[in-house]
Amino acid sequence: MSIHQAVFTAIFAVSVLSFMFSCYRRLQLVAIGVPENRFDNPFGRLLGMFNYAFAQKRVLSRPYGFNHFMLFWAFMLLLVANGEFLLEGLIPGVNLALLPQPLYHALQLLFDLVSVAALVSVLVALARRLLFPPEYLGNDYTRPASGEALLILAMIATLMGAFFLLNGAHIALGQSGSWRPVSAAIAAIIDGLPAAVLEGVAVAAWWLHALVLLLFMNFLPRSKHMHILTAIPNCYFKNLAKPNVQSRETFEKGERYGVSSVEQYSWKDLFDSLTCTECGRCQDLCPAHNTGKPLNPRRIVHDIKVNLLKNGPALKDGRTGLTSLIGEPAEGTIGEDALWSCTTCGSCTSVCPVLIEQMPKIVKMRRHLVQEKSQFPEELLNLFENMEQRGNPWGIAPSERTKWSSQLGERGFKPGESEYLFFVGCAGAFDSRNKHVTVALATILDAAGVSWGMLGKEEQCCGDSVRRLGNEYVFDKMARENVALFKEKGVSKIVTHCPHCFSTLKNDYRQYGLEIEVLHHSQMIAQLVESGRLKPARLPKLGNVIFHDSCYLGRHNDTYQAPRAVLKSVLGKAPGEFGRNRENGFCCGAGGGRMWMEEHSGTRINLERVKEAMNGKLPDTLCVSCPYCMTMMEDGLKDLGAADVIRVRDIAEVMAEGIS
Amino acid sequence: MLVISCIKQVPDTTQVKIDPVTNTLIRDGIPFIINPYDSHALEESLRLKDRYNMRTVALSMGPPNTVATLRKACALGVDEAILLSDRCFGGADTLATSKVLSAAIERLDRQEQVGIVFCGKQTIDGDTAQVGPGIASRLGFSQLTLVDRIESIDFLHKTIRVRRKLEGRHEIVEAPLPVMITVVRELNRPRYPTVPMRIESQETEIKVWDNSVLELDVETVGLKGSPTWVSKIFSPERDQGEIIGDGIADPVGTANLLIDRLLGKDLLAV
Repeated sequence: MSIHQAVFTAIFAVSVLSFMFSCYRRLQLVAIGVPENRFDNPFGRLLGMFNYAFAQKRVLSRPYGFNHFMLFWAFMLLLVANGEFLLEGLIPGVNLALLPQPLYHALQLLFDLVSVAALVSVLVALARRLLFPPEYLGNDYTRPASGEALLILAMIATLMGAFFLLNGAHIALGQSGSWRPVSAAIAAIIDGLPAAVLEGVAVAAWWLHALVLLLFMNFLPRSKHMHILTAIPNCYFKNLAKPNVQSRETFEKGERYGVSSVEQYSWKDLFDSLTCTECGRCQDLCPAHNTGKPLNPRRIVHDIKVNLLKNGPALKDGRTGLTSLIGEPAEGTIGEDALWSCTTCGSCTSVCPVLIEQMPKIVKMRRHLVQEKSQFPEELLNLFENMEQRGNPWGIAPSERTKWSSQLGERGFKPGESEYLFFVGCAGAFDSRNKHVTVALATILDAAGVSWGMLGKEEQCCGDSVRRLGNEYVFDKMARENVALFKEKGVSKIVTHCPHCFSTLKNDYRQYGLEIEVLHHSQMIAQLVESGRLKPARLPKLGNVIFHDSCYLGRHNDTYQAPRAVLKSVLGKAPGEFGRNRENGFCCGAGGGRMWMEEHSGTRINLERVKEAMNGKLPDTLCVSCPYCMTMMEDGLKDLGAADVIRVRDIAEVMAEGIS
Repeated sequence: MLVISCIKQVPDTTQVKIDPVTNTLIRDGIPFIINPYDSHALEESLRLKDRYNMRTVALSMGPPNTVATLRKACALGVDEAILLSDRCFGGADTLATSKVLSAAIERLDRQEQVGIVFCGKQTIDGDTAQVGPGIASRLGFSQLTLVDRIESIDFLHKTIRVRRKLEGRHEIVEAPLPVMITVVRELNRPRYPTVPMRIESQETEIKVWDNSVLELDVETVGLKGSPTWVSKIFSPERDQGEIIGDGIADPVGTANLLIDRLLGKDLLAV
């Protein structure tokens, strides 16, 4: 064994052991989380992993993502080259040259070209971070050109440089063929040097490459570049259900509720925190962050990670951590105000390239605050008591639920007779503006000859707000009562014009054994139009129409087309769009229980959205498909003094006018 | 020193309607709630517990289903909840009610000195505001009504200083302990029960004291001991309103019409 080989073997062994030890330490920290089954449906999981990790579906949804895609695949291919490099360092002579010649040459060509691609990607990334960084790369705890980011880019560039220099020297010395065009170009430059110098260059480049490679490997588990190791499994372990459907809790003596310390998170939550790449896309879309609230979903995940690293070792040994997870905001500690700022719009979870679930982590912490500490913004006390006492957020007497239908006569749900249960929802029953939407939908259903009935004063809130606010105890009670009532009445199909009721009845109630057809009115109306049962005949005078996506209909239930189809069927053309629409839509500000809370800090989310509507060609009508959006958009327009200029209409009102 | 809160379970009056034919309350299916003013009384007793480590007891007179309301008090953190329930207590007016509550407080006082009794300023079903003062009179306690702030408690000299909320003014008064205090909503913001406390309260024993415990003369309690009789309940008749002007076509003219009409009825100050 040569000295060179012996020294390298020793360094290699230490590096690999140190790398494995770091990974093991990190995985041990992940293992303090509570169990969660993310092992079912392996085929579906592999498919997800392929789509999101290997095909980089979400990474590519933004133009710059292509650069990452290139770097990722360069990495994947160069894994083979680096494997060869390390192996040959350990056992000289064992290399790819042992393969059949044509294959070996093809690989040499490929590695050379891919290395150029990697180098170009790194330079683009460097330029982006240094010269034209997008705003969302930085925040209050990091900068686009952070030392860590620059170090990693420098390491990769060095690896590529050393690779070319090493191969160039080999070619110049005549030890390697010319199937490496880029290396050959380097060889042409250094060709005139004496052989001894070339030998020296080759040795230096080899060691530079070897040392940087091993250093890079050891740097990964200790930095945000851990994602290189965890992103692929993280995509495999993605939530196959809807991330917004929070897990149930059991209400028995001795149970704990929600999360106040990292070990109460599931292992997947903790794995998420180690996977975050700090790309900033969640931060870029978050309505709270965009309007100056103390919440940044990226920071939530970052703080969970910091807290895990600080407290994990103690927690692992059964002691308590010294850094509290919730408290005065600091590195590793999340402020309560941040938690209450979330609208649960889901933009963070739907944009994250590596499928981190930020928002559910927030709800888990809310659960702790509400259920174990009774600590929440004071406006919520009324909400919680109204929900418990009168089954609706306003605390209005249940007997008032049917007031909107006084003109319609008796429209109770008749078991065995009514086909659809019209779940009116609290806003549809009590809010004076939204009652018009309820009447419009009833008119539409009647016009199309749909058989429907409602529960009247027996109807109770679906519990959406209390669940997202972390009051699972009250939600659990309401869900059980509602499901029992639906079953007792023999309800098999539900239609509702509130996306929050829709999503809760359809997705959350599955946990309570309710698996029936639940339609949002946009879907129902679109179906009725398509089947010819509804024929819009009149063009309502709406002028320019712009459509605003509801988060609970769009992002949480992937329903983007139905409301647009409804509008198109009446207007004869597709409605106008906001700059941020569909998956990138911007919340109205009322989800996640924010409907019932004041906005104390920053600017108002609804104002930001309304201003966006007025950015381009001024619309005459702003169309919504959700009672909360209705309230928020109308309030926003009133605040801007534009309520007379732009009218807010629900798609049902537009359709009702179109068929009258 | 013991702090007692007297709480009453009342029908959710926003949901109660009066039967137009029989003129009685339609109580069917109407949920019961803790009298809102009493929830502030309960909260203040819990705050004293938190601050001075005083033992708290929630007391209620009512039918057996009142246990549900007392359980809520347990979930909020009272040390003990006692239901005063006996057929012979039924149909009581304020005089007979204060008699039963006073007897129970006296009984508690024999085991541990009672310092403060909190009551809501009135209930939302009876609206008499007499039971609290009745208790104070019977027991010879100082009587501080309509309190919206506890200024200070001097345990050494056994006095309490509070602020009373009166019409258009506040009054700061001091009285010797023991004291009966009736509270207004402004006093505090009631807490919300934690889930562990709710679950624990499911198993808490709610003591029930009937007349075999209190040993009161049955002629002086319940319906028999009540000089007040409700002869009739009715909704006051309202004159039919009218629609004047057209607020959409002529908002300014309509507003003027309305102002003239109100001035005509002497309902607006010029």
